[in-house]
Amino acid sequence: MTRVVHPRTFGSDLNMTAFIQYTVQGLAAGGFYALAALGLAIIFGALGVVNFAHGSAYMLGAVLSAVLLTTLNVHFWAALVIVPLLMFAFGILIERLLVRWLLRLDVLYNFLLTFGLSLVLVDVVKNLYGVSGLPYEQPAGLQGLIHVGGVTLPKYQLFVFVFSVLVCVIVWVLLTRTRAGMIVRAATEDPDRARALGINVSRWITPVFGFGIAVAALSGVLAAPFRAITATMGTNFVIILFAIVVIGGLGSILGAVVAGFLVGLVEAYGQAYAGTFAQIAIFILMVIVILVRPAGLFGRRDAA
Amino acid sequence: MLDIAGLSASYGEAHVLNDVSLTVKPGEVVTLVGRNGAGKTTLLRAVMGLHRDIEGSISFAGRRIERLSPNARARAGIGWVPDDRGIYASLTVAENLTLPPVVHESAWSTEKIYEAFPVLALRRSSMGTQLSGGEQQMLAIARVLRMGSRLLLLDEPSEGLAPVIVQRIAEIIREITTHDIAVLLIEQNVKFATTVADRHYLLAQGRIVETLDNASFQAREPELLKHLGI
Ligand SMILES: Nc1ncnc2c1ncn2[C@@H]1O[C@H](COP(=O)(O)OP(=O)(O)O)[C@@H](O)[C@H]1O
Ligand SMILES: [Mg+2]
Repeated sequence: MTRVVHPRTFGSDLNMTAFIQYTVQGLAAGGFYALAALGLAIIFGALGVVNFAHGSAYMLGAVLSAVLLTTLNVHFWAALVIVPLLMFAFGILIERLLVRWLLRLDVLYNFLLTFGLSLVLVDVVKNLYGVSGLPYEQPAGLQGLIHVGGVTLPKYQLFVFVFSVLVCVIVWVLLTRTRAGMIVRAATEDPDRARALGINVSRWITPVFGFGIAVAALSGVLAAPFRAITATMGTNFVIILFAIVVIGGLGSILGAVVAGFLVGLVEAYGQAYAGTFAQIAIFILMVIVILVRPAGLFGRRDAA
Repeated sequence: MLDIAGLSASYGEAHVLNDVSLTVKPGEVVTLVGRNGAGKTTLLRAVMGLHRDIEGSISFAGRRIERLSPNARARAGIGWVPDDRGIYASLTVAENLTLPPVVHESAWSTEKIYEAFPVLALRRSSMGTQLSGGEQQMLAIARVLRMGSRLLLLDEPSEGLAPVIVQRIAEIIREITTHDIAVLLIEQNVKFATTVADRHYLLAQGRIVETLDNASFQAREPELLKHLGI
């Protein structure tokens, strides 16, 4: 007996399969955005610093993973731990040596400082490793495809999505269920008041900055096997991060995470169905959100 | 416990306090009375270390504190209840209560707090700003009691509150002062001020114009209030 497949049904199955594949691709890209935007939002909340160097932290995360692999044979799984720790230390150094001294001045000063810093970091990496991409292999066990309910999906993309959601949940638990998280939330909402209640806010600012840089670097480690590793990979990335933080609502950590995944999806669908329109789609989304909800998706009205 | 001598405070060119001297002894309730804009809130913020554009000296428990950071002052035993209550929106009632460190052994336990303020116990997992104005005021006072602060700076605690709650706050103030806690109270509600206070400082145009004990204040009340323009 021959099975006759109705062309229309066949076509829509194919469309559905492709749609699911784009969705997973979008959620993986969203994972990179969500983690990095989370760090950006925490730094903005606690220090009031618009950290332009956040794209460089992402770039350094990927570059360090590649360099550690080729020079010291540090594998992907180890890099997931080691690189964020190194970048945490780097963030602490930057905060202590540079950012701290401008905190009392207008926000513009730290914006310019971190902008200059990002230019320096990009050029340093260009000088050391050139402009062509550094090689990085997908880790064993996460290569190839997996079949889930009749749909074929890249294992690595699924991994990125699940892993980044997990990290976001852990950060959320730390923020809402620990004393340190409570202090960070209070210092973010009103630092002066926290001081008057006996909290040494400046002691918390340095590790919070380091933490924000470390999650951006973690996002870079995840991107290493998946994206081209170049000195400039963080340059466009940080612009999209700013759009994400605005969409999610300035100062809202949950908003940054949700908007990160949302933008990943918009970008993937845009690339699939609208070609070169994809990048613009993100900014159209931003404009619509700002028009409808000026404070962003999760922003509080009074915070806008 | 608190000794302020020759304190002047300004916002840039604008001089708000002029050569203000006052003292609050342990167990004493002292009010600062004056019309809006007289500089009362600025004085409390200067004691807390949040307003730093000052001259003169501020001593707490025998020690000069002008150079200390606000958090060091809070840890030394100064508790501030700001005019807007200062409750954190992103923290629950219980978190608002336990955010500050305990600074003295006389601090109230959370059990004692919840016993004294049953409404806070009921709402302990609500977010801070879901509380009514009166509940937020109680939470702000409860918070400094939980810290065990030795000197309370209360900025218009009765403002906008129902008479029952104002009475409750007066009872609490009288109870804690029996444990040698000092209170510097800013009040527009003269009836409330005269039920709890031992002494009054009258502030006009940034200067202390009179210092009176409670009996003489009550005797001359109408004349004084007219003079201050309250
Ligand atoms: N942040 C500020 N900048 C400039 N002037 C201020 C500021 N805060 C208060 N003032 C001015 O200082 C004076 C005293 O204010 P304040 O201490 O709040 O008075 P009060 O609490 O007695 O009503 C007022 O004239 C007010 O306008
Ligand atoms: Mg005032």
